[in-house]
Amino acid sequence: MRRMEVDRGGCSLFGMIDESGDRFSGAQAINAIAKMQDRENGLGGGFAGYGIYPEFKDCHAFHLLYDNEKAKEYTEICLDENYSIERAEPIPTRKVPAIKNPPLLWRYFLTVKETKANGADIGDFVVNTVMKINGEVDGAFVISSGKNMGIFKGVGFAGEVGKFFRLDEYEGHAWTAHGRFPTNTVGWWGGAHPFGLLDWSVVHNGEISSYGTNKRYLESFGYRCTLFTDTEVIAYLFDLLARKHGFGFDTVGRILAAPFWDEIERLPEKEREICKALRMAYGGALVNGPFAVVVGHSNGIVGINDRIKLRPLVAARKGSMLYMSSEESGIREVCQSPGKVWMPEAGEPVVGRLEGTHG
Amino acid sequence: MVKSTPPFGFAIKRDDEKCIRCQACARMCSNDVHAYDAEKDIIVSDSTKCVGCHFCEAICPTSALTVERTQSQYRENFNWTAEVINDIKSQAGSGGVILTGMGCDKPYTNYWDRIVLNASQVTNPSIDPLREPMELKTFIGRKPDRIEMGSPEGPKLETEIPHQLELEAPIMFSAMSYGSISYNACFALARAASDFGTFWNTGEGGLHRDFYRYGPRTIVQVASGRFGVTREYLNTGAAIEIKIGQGAKPGIGGHLPGEKVTEPISETRMIPAGTDALSPAPHHDIYSIEDLRQLIYALKEATRYRKPVGVKIAAVHNVAPISSGIVRAGADFIVIDGMRGGTGAAPKVTRDNVGIPIEIATAVVDSRLREEGIRNQASLVVAGGFRKSSDVIKAIALGADAVYVATSALVAMGCTICQKCYTGKCNWGIATQDPYLTKRLNPEIATRRLKNLLRAWSLEIKEMMGGMGINAIESLRGNREQLRGVGLSEMELKMLGIKSVGEAW
Repeated sequence: MRRMEVDRGGCSLFGMIDESGDRFSGAQAINAIAKMQDRENGLGGGFAGYGIYPEFKDCHAFHLLYDNEKAKEYTEICLDENYSIERAEPIPTRKVPAIKNPPLLWRYFLTVKETKANGADIGDFVVNTVMKINGEVDGAFVISSGKNMGIFKGVGFAGEVGKFFRLDEYEGHAWTAHGRFPTNTVGWWGGAHPFGLLDWSVVHNGEISSYGTNKRYLESFGYRCTLFTDTEVIAYLFDLLARKHGFGFDTVGRILAAPFWDEIERLPEKEREICKALRMAYGGALVNGPFAVVVGHSNGIVGINDRIKLRPLVAARKGSMLYMSSEESGIREVCQSPGKVWMPEAGEPVVGRLEGTHG
Repeated sequence: MVKSTPPFGFAIKRDDEKCIRCQACARMCSNDVHAYDAEKDIIVSDSTKCVGCHFCEAICPTSALTVERTQSQYRENFNWTAEVINDIKSQAGSGGVILTGMGCDKPYTNYWDRIVLNASQVTNPSIDPLREPMELKTFIGRKPDRIEMGSPEGPKLETEIPHQLELEAPIMFSAMSYGSISYNACFALARAASDFGTFWNTGEGGLHRDFYRYGPRTIVQVASGRFGVTREYLNTGAAIEIKIGQGAKPGIGGHLPGEKVTEPISETRMIPAGTDALSPAPHHDIYSIEDLRQLIYALKEATRYRKPVGVKIAAVHNVAPISSGIVRAGADFIVIDGMRGGTGAAPKVTRDNVGIPIEIATAVVDSRLREEGIRNQASLVVAGGFRKSSDVIKAIALGADAVYVATSALVAMGCTICQKCYTGKCNWGIATQDPYLTKRLNPEIATRRLKNLLRAWSLEIKEMMGGMGINAIESLRGNREQLRGVGLSEMELKMLGIKSVGEAW
């Protein structure tokens, strides 16, 4: 069953990155998110790991949820038509008593067939595939479609979902995690976080009161909001603003959590003109309502709050490590003595960059 | 012989014990309802002349007067109502078209009253507008598809933003010409708009010399009569609006009778005093969309591309595709005027039977422009019977950028919607050029009352936005998820693009 799932209530989120690019086990993310179990209710948890598939780093790694074999067959025909499938395999899992009735979980490492891409932007081509499968194939859902990254999520407490997917056996340079507390009790694996598209992954705590505006704004750029979660609009907005319009994350932050007009009036002229222009042109991308999100992408992770900080977000640094979490307890669980701990201001992005990259 | 004029339907009640014979009513009523009989020391009121404007009631110092509906009634008949019978009798007498003023008063569904708003509970905190910023600032004009600011030396704005109108709240005063309304009424609108930080609109009657100083807060209209249109006029306004149609009378032109064309109006309109000012039904240089494009660009050329140029049309069946064409023709904003929009004078049959309600027009136009990916190319301003702040906020949530109000502004200045604007005898000094009547409208007081209205509605909009957990108007714009329909058919919900009450996200 699929329907709009709004993450109301608590929710916990967590993100960590080693900016030097060193890889570490997913166990840390599992422990950190499990520490904040009070904030979830067992109806969804998930993780995104970056740098976890070095042997297939140039392939798009598709993670799929299937309700049945027929959906799998149909999806595979669609994939086979457009992509060279370098490898197809079930996603390894271990038995965890609390995780019940998982769907069929498969992953595919794919390269776009040049004849099919036909000079089109590869990113857009992959996005179209994802939109097509998620929108049109009954019983199939792509939860992850980026390169050298993967999203693992399901119904259960986040810590258990992490164990179920054996994430302690993976190594990545960045991890994000989410524990859900939806007031809506639909137990659908695709509805858990992170939500992903290409390299983007989003974990989100909040409710977007501008959803109707954001959705229709994105639709005019060809994104199809499938109504499964309000979190998807954040992923699409990052894709539109950072990938397509080429903005840095500071600017993305100024669009999603725009400064107030009276703050803009006080800025130096050049900056004021920029902020004013951004609000005029990107008013439809302003995300209103309470939210804290951690967004993962190929060059790092970004944490950001709504413009009046109605949801918690704490950040910490130690050496090349950057952490962000709903509660400081999550950070202390995996980093006993952080060098610096701070509460980011409303709308102020916390940016973790992989060394040698921009963004 | 029967009386040729049917009863108008009002009865004046005078409490003779309260009446002090001050004769204010007798002196002031422009319809000559009241007369003092010195011999008997009584005031006689001829109710058949009463238009129900309640002015005498308002000025009576001892509250001796009450204007009521007449007790005289025809036999009840669902089809042959008093209005129908009186109209026929009136036409049998005159042989002419029945004129009226203000917007359609017929009980077509008012969709604003069938739409309810959302509010936050538990999972999403509502915001207290008295403690937190709540932003209504709105820009009218063409927006770029995207902003370029790629520069290695730090961000720099590389995209040129077209000229915009900056509004402190998404409410402007709609077009009412000098001629249809008085100098003092125009003066109050201009000043209130300037003080508050919004815009007023000249209508098609040109801009009186005295009001040129309000140019930065003025939208100057270019209509089919081209009254008072000069290069200076165009360049004085903050924006230009080409008027193609009006919600109260789609498809027909305008007519200001010669009696109303006084000396100052003659100067402003650039027509001889005492001559009828006729606005043709179509612009005779616009018989197609490509002609409209030429006029848009002629006006842009004349103002060196420094002013947004908009186009106003009446809401008709084909409003969505027409709007798309107008945006593609180069308009920076588009104004849709719904069938409840007001007028100084219109044939009653047109006013009450032509056009569609603004609620549906707003929804279908916004959706159509979005489907075509051209919504950001033009702002959408909607007009036609906005009565309260909740109507405004619902229009924004359906997809409008801003609304125009005119009838509400007149009511703020004193109007009671008696619908007799076309007679030029407005007792409130609004829709008249008679100096005896116009001096009744104190522009200072009228300005203050207009500003109060804008302020009050803004506060109410902020309250409702805060309740929804939204602190910037752009997050409400087109946010139909915040709306639900009650008592509407499935087709009507579909046209409005909203869900039914009871449906969750």
